[in-house]
Amino acid sequence: MKAFAQLFLSLDETNKTNEKVRVLKEYFNSVPDTDKMNMLALFTGRKPKRPINSTLIRTWAMEVSNIPAWLFEESYHVVGDLAETMALLMDDNTTGSNKTLTEWIAEINDIAKKTEEEKKEWLLASWAMLDNQERFVFNKLLTGSFRVGVSQNLVIKALADISDIEAATLTHRIMGSWMPDTYTYEQLIEEQDAAANISRPYPFFLAYPIQETSEKQKSAEDLETALGDAKDWQAEWKWDGIRAQMIKRGGEIFIWSRGEDLATDKFPELHSFLNALPDGTVLDGEILSFQNGLPMSFNILQTRIGRKNLSKKILEESPVAVIAYDCLEYDGEDIRYKTQSERRELLEGLQAVTQYPEVFRISALIQFNNWDDLAIIRGQSRAMVAEGIMLKRKSAHYQVGRRRGDWWKWKIDPLSVDAVMIYAQKGHGRRADLYTDYTFAVWDGDKLVPFAKAYSGLTDAEINKVDYFIKRNTLEKFGPVRTVKPELVFEIGFEGINKSTRHKSGIALRFPRILRWRHDKPKEEADTIESLRALLGE
Amino acid sequence: MAKQPLLEFTDSGIYCAKGKFYIDPWKPVDDAVITHAHADHAYWGHKHYLAHYLSREVLLYRLGDINLQTVEYGETINKNGVKISLYPAGHVIGSAQIRVEYQGEVWVVSGDYKTEDDGISTPFEPVKCHSFISECTFGMPVYQWKPQPQIFNDVNNWWRNNVEAGVATVIVGYSLGKAQRILQNLDLSIGKVYTHGVIENTNEALRRNGVILNPTERITFDTPREEIRKGLVIAPPSSVGTPWMRKFMPYSFGYCSGWMAIRGAKRRRAADRGFVLSDHADWDGLIGAIDATGCEQVYLTHGYTASFSRYLREIGFDAHEVHTLYGDDESIDTVPSETPVEEDGGITI
Repeated sequence: MKAFAQLFLSLDETNKTNEKVRVLKEYFNSVPDTDKMNMLALFTGRKPKRPINSTLIRTWAMEVSNIPAWLFEESYHVVGDLAETMALLMDDNTTGSNKTLTEWIAEINDIAKKTEEEKKEWLLASWAMLDNQERFVFNKLLTGSFRVGVSQNLVIKALADISDIEAATLTHRIMGSWMPDTYTYEQLIEEQDAAANISRPYPFFLAYPIQETSEKQKSAEDLETALGDAKDWQAEWKWDGIRAQMIKRGGEIFIWSRGEDLATDKFPELHSFLNALPDGTVLDGEILSFQNGLPMSFNILQTRIGRKNLSKKILEESPVAVIAYDCLEYDGEDIRYKTQSERRELLEGLQAVTQYPEVFRISALIQFNNWDDLAIIRGQSRAMVAEGIMLKRKSAHYQVGRRRGDWWKWKIDPLSVDAVMIYAQKGHGRRADLYTDYTFAVWDGDKLVPFAKAYSGLTDAEINKVDYFIKRNTLEKFGPVRTVKPELVFEIGFEGINKSTRHKSGIALRFPRILRWRHDKPKEEADTIESLRALLGE
Repeated sequence: MAKQPLLEFTDSGIYCAKGKFYIDPWKPVDDAVITHAHADHAYWGHKHYLAHYLSREVLLYRLGDINLQTVEYGETINKNGVKISLYPAGHVIGSAQIRVEYQGEVWVVSGDYKTEDDGISTPFEPVKCHSFISECTFGMPVYQWKPQPQIFNDVNNWWRNNVEAGVATVIVGYSLGKAQRILQNLDLSIGKVYTHGVIENTNEALRRNGVILNPTERITFDTPREEIRKGLVIAPPSSVGTPWMRKFMPYSFGYCSGWMAIRGAKRRRAADRGFVLSDHADWDGLIGAIDATGCEQVYLTHGYTASFSRYLREIGFDAHEVHTLYGDDESIDTVPSETPVEEDGGITI
């Protein structure tokens, strides 16, 4: 655990990519192979199940640190991270421990089955033997999300350097469902990939955004300069659903979401068509709710994503279908090396013979002769229930991760309103102890009604100024939330708007974010609830 | 009618009506008693200043030609029947707590303070009083400092590694206080110490005041970059990200502040290294200091005043939160220009 805690600290201590890779390699070279796999599991989101519920952990941490509950909560708001708060509140006297990461993970998995008393005894004893930094990392393993300031790409790069296996291969091999107790380091780095699991997905290829702002649109000439001849490109609508990879191998089917969650059970409507595919087929596409042959807004789909049990009602109200746009494996062969056009042809072949054309759809190609044409067609995105246009180079291979050059997303402008900030709350992570989470309101007569929360969009300098304003213009405090003097106006952008019974304003926004701070606007000139309702298109 | 308190909180600062003087006022007044020379405590424009003699040269350097009277710790000055004396606050060189006594009633204004002996500021001394006006910049239990030698061991190791790797070492700290504390605790066998002009001006002022500091070299246009790479540069927060600093590339940039105790704050500053080193008292330090005064009332002026005063009340103190304009001298976050905490511009005349 010492090495793992040190790894965390060292990664925190540098912002330089090369240095991070060096630190990762040093770690890999200094720990046993089982620790390498456990670390890899943690850094790729494969955390052990929570062994103790977090209310109990909090209660025991308060006991150990001997402070009242409210002060514990306030401390948490200052620190912005539960694991770190608990580590900071405890004495730094320690009895020391030489257990490896693997041993700790084993204990964590073990304790889950024990009684509450046994859990408490184990946890207090564990805290007592760890130093401050180890305790922080240990708490991270026990609670909440395990996010590290290092991307999976860097971990892979370090691993590729020490194992002499290509990064793309490693990225592929660590996809899907594996746990460190069943997948060994030897298997990971062997020449021939014998350990391949039939459920294992391919790494997703992600598009780069074509950057533009509402003030500065990309012209047809700009696109010509950046992307070359329009004839080299294939265009499709950019669908607003759940990106998924669908696998049929060895008589079994698997549906993976982009977050590498196995979501096969979430979409029973897709099972028949997937089962009917030939073995050794992998498709890439978007899952959307459909009604009368038309895609519905993401909002509808969202209502069923979080559900554990899919009731009959939900299946009837928001039935899903796939819009497929790529084929990654055909007849048992990894065909990611083939060109976009070749893969498209194979995909069309598969779709042409399906018995389930209602569920297995294909993303239609947009016909266009030049960039001017396409810019005009893009204007119809909203009518198509699409977010914009996807551009794919006809000669491109299917690559790993977000790569510049061959796949581009050209989104339409977000909708926007000018709104007044009325509540603020402290952020987390690098925004801890700074007011960065804001609630915005628009006018309803002479009252301000809250309608959206947004966290991102301001620069660090702007955040500091807003934080400064909030700290000096607080009207009331409700726990962590401050009511702020309504004065600052921001332009809020969003991708979609829907009716909502859960919100006071009666509307719910999709992806709200701050576009800019309207220093030029007094609060009286902010938008009204009527102008938002008008966007509902009713 | 209720008795008028000996010290009051007014729009201009902490005021003693009996003695007709202010302590650390932020608006121009006739008579000001100054706890220490940081800009959010020592403003320009008062007709008369009283401060500790070790603040003398820094105050003159920063505020220009002011009417300044200085005293030793423990010396008593009488103003309209009110006795004033200064006691060490341990915050920076020359920093003082102000003890005010009238007809047997004693109030103490802490200014900023820390309880750990930093080796260069006269160590903090608790003063018995009826009412204590305290700062609480780090008044949350998550702030618990490690002993200074441990921190400087880390600083020196980092410097040594940088020299080996051939990169310059730039360490950032406030120009009065942190800069000298760092300077006095470096392992000078590793290399030479270079300073930014603002810091060197403060060093010179302190040396004029008779303070003995380790040797430093002011960085000028002609200072060879290769030499700097082997040494260590002490720079003020305002120099972070400026072309001045970029000239040292490649460098490793370390930041010394109590805020570095929190991972998020450290990441936000994007420093290569964050050293948890503060000139303010930590949680235990604050509570210990308040307890040692034996005070009947305690007033919290700046920092986490709301939660800290609530906690003090829960453990039996008569604690109150008051609003002042004292700022945060450990932060390098950009703050709007109207705030009174910017100190690194040098002379404000």
